Amino acid sequence: MTANAWIRSIIGLAVVALPSISAAQNEHPAKPPDSLYAELAKAPKKAAARRNPLETDAEAPVAGGKLYAQHCAECHGENAEGGKKGPSLRVPDVQQATPGALFWLLTNGVVRKGMPVWSKLPDAQRWQLVTYIKSLGTGS
Amino acid sequence: MTTSDPPPLGWIVLFLKFVSLVALLLVVVISADAQESPYFVTYDHYLEEPGSLEVEYFSTFGTQRGASDFNAYWMEFEYGATAWWTTELYLDGQTTFGDSTLFTGFRWENRLRLLKSEHIINPVLYVEYEQINEADKIIKEVEGHDVEADHAVPNAELRQGHSHELELKLLLSSTHNGWNFAINPLAVKNLTGGDPWEFGYAIGASRPLALKASANKCNFCRENFIAGIEMYGGLGDRHSFGLNETSHYFAPVIAWNLPSSWTLRLSPGFGLNDNSHQFLLRWGVSREFSGFGATMARLFGGR
Repeated sequence: MTANAWIRSIIGLAVVALPSISAAQNEHPAKPPDSLYAELAKAPKKAAARRNPLETDAEAPVAGGKLYAQHCAECHGENAEGGKKGPSLRVPDVQQATPGALFWLLTNGVVRKGMPVWSKLPDAQRWQLVTYIKSLGTGS
Repeated sequence: MTTSDPPPLGWIVLFLKFVSLVALLLVVVISADAQESPYFVTYDHYLEEPGSLEVEYFSTFGTQRGASDFNAYWMEFEYGATAWWTTELYLDGQTTFGDSTLFTGFRWENRLRLLKSEHIINPVLYVEYEQINEADKIIKEVEGHDVEADHAVPNAELRQGHSHELELKLLLSSTHNGWNFAINPLAVKNLTGGDPWEFGYAIGASRPLALKASANKCNFCRENFIAGIEMYGGLGDRHSFGLNETSHYFAPVIAWNLPSSWTLRLSPGFGLNDNSHQFLLRWGVSREFSGFGATMARLFGGR
């Protein structure tokens, strides 16, 4: 195969792939983010009842804030006020959810609605995130 | 070439413009911190975050008995199309010392998450199309009866052989107490010849050096490092399944996830039998960019 043929193949692939990718990207804004809150209620009772082992850890909210900025702020907004792709985490649906339900949602994601699974973060880091989210309250 | 064909220089200019456009887009989108796996060959079940683009460069130095050592390298553009679909483009090349440097082909990989939530074992379907020539030495997977001697032939001869391959993998992965365990059986079919289906495997285990995040933003915090091992090799083909005339490797792996959204990976690999390259030294650098998908969507008329 000549260099020209290689370059044609690459450009052709890009031309085919980019609109598909754009179309896939548009899946998320079309869906109301509020529907994600309903997912919290789907946490199994045993999972929802789990206590946060880092609830009283003084460093957990700070470390959780750091993790939030790294992994969550892009979708949920810098101050968790909500963004184009992710809903606000300061609403009562989230703040009144049990730590166990939040942990369960972080672990499992809502894959069909654009929220990835975060089980690649170790349990302790997900609990740090839960501590941070619960520390936000419902204020703006 | 007919008179209606654009001159070669025109295609190169067009390609450079495309690369420049992508580079420009990467400058304007936001960088994102990543928690990347340390594996080079094995895949876990975690996909790229939706809308994020990860640009990666990898290199494999390999020793070669009976010919010159080589350095093979590849670029990866990994994009999270949705939370359940990641698509990826590879561009491969290699330099064989004392011989030549050449571009060896491209691969288009797709990973599809099959289950919507986490389970003890999480399956992901991997489908890849490869258009490469036989000089490709990145050893991103080992299949069939791949052996070290395949790479001992001069590049000028190897590059004459082309393959259009379909590669299927089932990525099975589990994470427990910070440990990730992954096993990837694979099947490959060369679409151009009458070659039979070839088989191979990759297995890996890894864990962050610390499970809790520290409160400070730091480069050298233990939680930024993920270490592990991987092992991979061929399992023959449909007519001769098994370990006979196959090569196998064992490799410690480590990844360093920097808060500045860069990830560095390093892995010395060791051949486990006489059919394997004795030593492979792999390293890689990658950076993740979030917001790439939204930028592309705007560019192509999306919202």
